[in-house]
Amino acid sequence: MFMEVKMNLISKERLAKMPTMEKLRMILDEVKSGKIVVLETGLSPEEEAKLIEMTMLEIDHEKFVGIEVESYPQRSSGFLSRLFGRKGGRLMVIGPANRLKTLERREDVIETLIRG
Amino acid sequence: MGLMLRIKRKFSAILKFFRRKNRLRIGIYGPPNAGKTTLANRILLDWVGDVMGPVSEIPHETRRARLREGVRIEVDGREITIDIVDTPGLATKIDFHDFLRYGLSEEEAKRRAKEATEGVIEAIKWLDDLDGIILVMDSTEDPFTQVNITIVGNIEARKLPLVIAANKIDLPNASPARIKSAFPQHTVIPISALKGLNMDTFYRILAEKFG
Repeated sequence: MFMEVKMNLISKERLAKMPTMEKLRMILDEVKSGKIVVLETGLSPEEEAKLIEMTMLEIDHEKFVGIEVESYPQRSSGFLSRLFGRKGGRLMVIGPANRLKTLERREDVIETLIRG
Repeated sequence: MGLMLRIKRKFSAILKFFRRKNRLRIGIYGPPNAGKTTLANRILLDWVGDVMGPVSEIPHETRRARLREGVRIEVDGREITIDIVDTPGLATKIDFHDFLRYGLSEEEAKRRAKEATEGVIEAIKWLDDLDGIILVMDSTEDPFTQVNITIVGNIEARKLPLVIAANKIDLPNASPARIKSAFPQHTVIPISALKGLNMDTFYRILAEKFG
């Protein structure tokens, strides 16, 4: 019997329009409801840290024990991104810790397991 | 993160510049069980004759950040005085069931998990008040973990000087070379905080990097 897993794939255009807190709230709400969220451009390091903080506040030790985040290391920034202080984000997958499991992560490849 | 954060960072950098003249505040970061407190204890034993706190094989033994001020390190005629902040291990998930395997009762495990979540938040908050970071990684583990990537990303974003301590080189399956190849842009020093291996090199690089 197959178990269904819902995934939300969020485009970089949609992410670019969202303020940080709205973005993080959306991610956490979706993940807490059991969905896997795929971000085309990922989060900035500061946003990642904020997401971890928010996750810690919402762990209830029964239904929600945290998140699994999968992303690649940041590429070194180019001239324009250094000038404007932004780094181009890379694909990021976020899911509930009890459903998403990283099997192997290399610089450009992430192998993962999603439990239904 | 917007304009306010950039302004905050600028002011923080100015404050750090003035504090730099006095002494640096260095945070010890890493995932749980990488050996952060063991390293803090080693540094204090070597230079103060004291320890920072207890260590344990159970993850999240350190659940509150600990600060030790005025640790003077002298290497090759070079002297630095630092404040050391030993932070709780960073994690994206904390499941109390993991602690039951170590023989803790359910009540103890739940309390430990709750305190651990608070510790993670405290460790993240400290990032804004530091002048440099020692990131401790376990040489026997895969360095490409999300926690390591997030910590390195945040340190780079804050432009803080970073030293990576590739810990536990006394263990047979240790591979500090794997950490070096994962983070080639940063200084990686293979050490064993527990056995005190290669600590002279560690202190010399610490003095160069943070002095």
